[in-house]
Amino acid sequence: MLKLFKIAVRNLSRYKRRTFLTSSLIAIGVMFVLVFIAASGSFKYIMIGQITDSMLGHLQVHKRGYVASIDSLPLTLNLSAKAETKLEKTMEDIPEIEAFSPRIKFGGMFSNFIESTNIRVNGVYPEKEIVTVPLFPSRIKQGEKSIKEGEILIPELLANGMKTKVGDTVVVIATNRDGSVNGKQFIIGGIIESVTGPGGRDGYMHIKDAMEVLRMEEMEISEVAIRLKDFDKLNAVSDRLDEMLSKELNKQGKPIFDVRTWEKLSPFYNVARMIDVMTFFIKLMLIAIVLVSIMNVMIMAVFERIREIGTISAIGTMPKKILSLFLIEGFSLGVFGAVVGNILALGVIFLINLIKITFNFGRQTGLILSPNLNTGDIVWISAIVIIVSVAAALQPAFKASRMEPVEALRHV
Amino acid sequence: MSLVNAENLTKVYRMGEIEVEALKSVSFEIEPASFISFIGPSGSGKTTLLNLIGCLDKPTSGKLEVSGVNTSDLTRKEAAAFRGKNLGFIFQDFNLIPVLTVYENVEYPLLIVQSVPAEERKERVNSLLKTVGMIDQRDKYPDQISGGQKQRVAVARALVTNPKLVLADEPTANLDSKTAFIVIDIMRQMKDEFGVTFIFSTHDPKIVREVEMVYTLQDGTLIGQTQVKGGLNA
Repeated sequence: MLKLFKIAVRNLSRYKRRTFLTSSLIAIGVMFVLVFIAASGSFKYIMIGQITDSMLGHLQVHKRGYVASIDSLPLTLNLSAKAETKLEKTMEDIPEIEAFSPRIKFGGMFSNFIESTNIRVNGVYPEKEIVTVPLFPSRIKQGEKSIKEGEILIPELLANGMKTKVGDTVVVIATNRDGSVNGKQFIIGGIIESVTGPGGRDGYMHIKDAMEVLRMEEMEISEVAIRLKDFDKLNAVSDRLDEMLSKELNKQGKPIFDVRTWEKLSPFYNVARMIDVMTFFIKLMLIAIVLVSIMNVMIMAVFERIREIGTISAIGTMPKKILSLFLIEGFSLGVFGAVVGNILALGVIFLINLIKITFNFGRQTGLILSPNLNTGDIVWISAIVIIVSVAAALQPAFKASRMEPVEALRHV
Repeated sequence: MSLVNAENLTKVYRMGEIEVEALKSVSFEIEPASFISFIGPSGSGKTTLLNLIGCLDKPTSGKLEVSGVNTSDLTRKEAAAFRGKNLGFIFQDFNLIPVLTVYENVEYPLLIVQSVPAEERKERVNSLLKTVGMIDQRDKYPDQISGGQKQRVAVARALVTNPKLVLADEPTANLDSKTAFIVIDIMRQMKDEFGVTFIFSTHDPKIVREVEMVYTLQDGTLIGQTQVKGGLNA
């Protein structure tokens, strides 16, 4: 087999220019695909990171039916204190969960005593919120990077529109689940940057203040955001949590809890899916490039070496060895193209990281594109290229192996 | 027992609707360790006959036994295996593999066809290269040696597997007289030394003078069988 490799490589080097052009085409194709995968992957993961680490968390648990009515933030669909306790106990049994943050979400009126507008508010435990969505403090553009009792963080669009600033006194008025209206004065503790996605333009206050505004005697939770230690285990943890919580039933015998990953809560998931679809089509293009170029080269190689095939066949070379010889030539071209393509891709990615290309996403600016290739992508793309190279060489190789030696020797 | 036994060998080629009878009921026997030649004008069927004996083609009818094997019944794979084990080929255009050195060309049948162990391979290749006077050129590629040298390498390649029979189609056609004599002489030495049978297809009187037996073909028919006086064993 080694000898066949040696002959195959020498045959390729016989037509240096053709071999160089074909392998260059494959290498450039591999490079572009890998750079695209790395760059789009970087964009995707920055965005997912921004969304999950700024506000959404990796997973969320609601009372069943809440998500369907999430736009109206229905207080009647909050989780009771008892249910929340059960949820916390269940989460304690899942070591993959790093942190969680219970939230009370409600809609209300925001007034600066001159004018008023509507506002959506999250009541949170500041220390839990910060560990669950660690990018949250970086969103606070003005004021202290914390949420104190008696203070409210308001979204910057609201602050601009209402001409309010840190330190101003404002009033938040809300209707509780029983229909009674209550209001509470707050000091603006900070201005928070808006981010793309659901909840990206919400204000924040301490959960105790939210309870007071809503006149809750007992804690009720709208949602629990969860952060995992390893994001890659998202679906496994989600399934496990869902399975464990599905045993908790309400009086009608239906499950109380509704576990959803960020994918089911954020419209950005569709953008992420689109990136995956684009990547798939880019891979298809690479396959087409490799297929056509290798097939072209191998057909030419067989055509130009008909007499040679006749000779080796005449002196007793078995058809399967002739087949192997041409398949190895295709394989070698694929391996060479893949290796050079990988090296070029790593070089380009290194350069991109060196240049530090920035981009904007929604209201977030100056995000740095940091493409990164993982071993899986390299192995996967290389395997595709090599397999397709061998497949492309198959037809010409079969033709060579089935050639009648007497006709091949007669060929001029 | 004869090495080659042909009985009423017929070969018909079909070119569209036209049928061309290249061989017409040819019968002959060739004994082991012979040095014989088929002669005749172009189109007489010499090459066709050599192709049949070499299991490169199958007769349309008739019986052909080579080394006791009815080669008409062999499948493609069996024919390839038979060629690799029993036959050697020398071509008019030498047909060396251009990407292999002189040594590697001779080694090829042992390595790829017969899978002979490395040590034995080395010994046999070097021994034959010495015999044909090409040991000094062992690392050169075919495009770096002359036509005569190429044919000597081709002779070595044909003999390296210790075949019973070597088929040589116009082996001296592309060589000058002096080189042709050298090559013929080498082949005769091989025949004497190893007991290999050489069958030539040729127009070349130099070969005809050197062989033991000449079979004459005309229009696909064997019209004569002459023992040559100049032949070594005549």
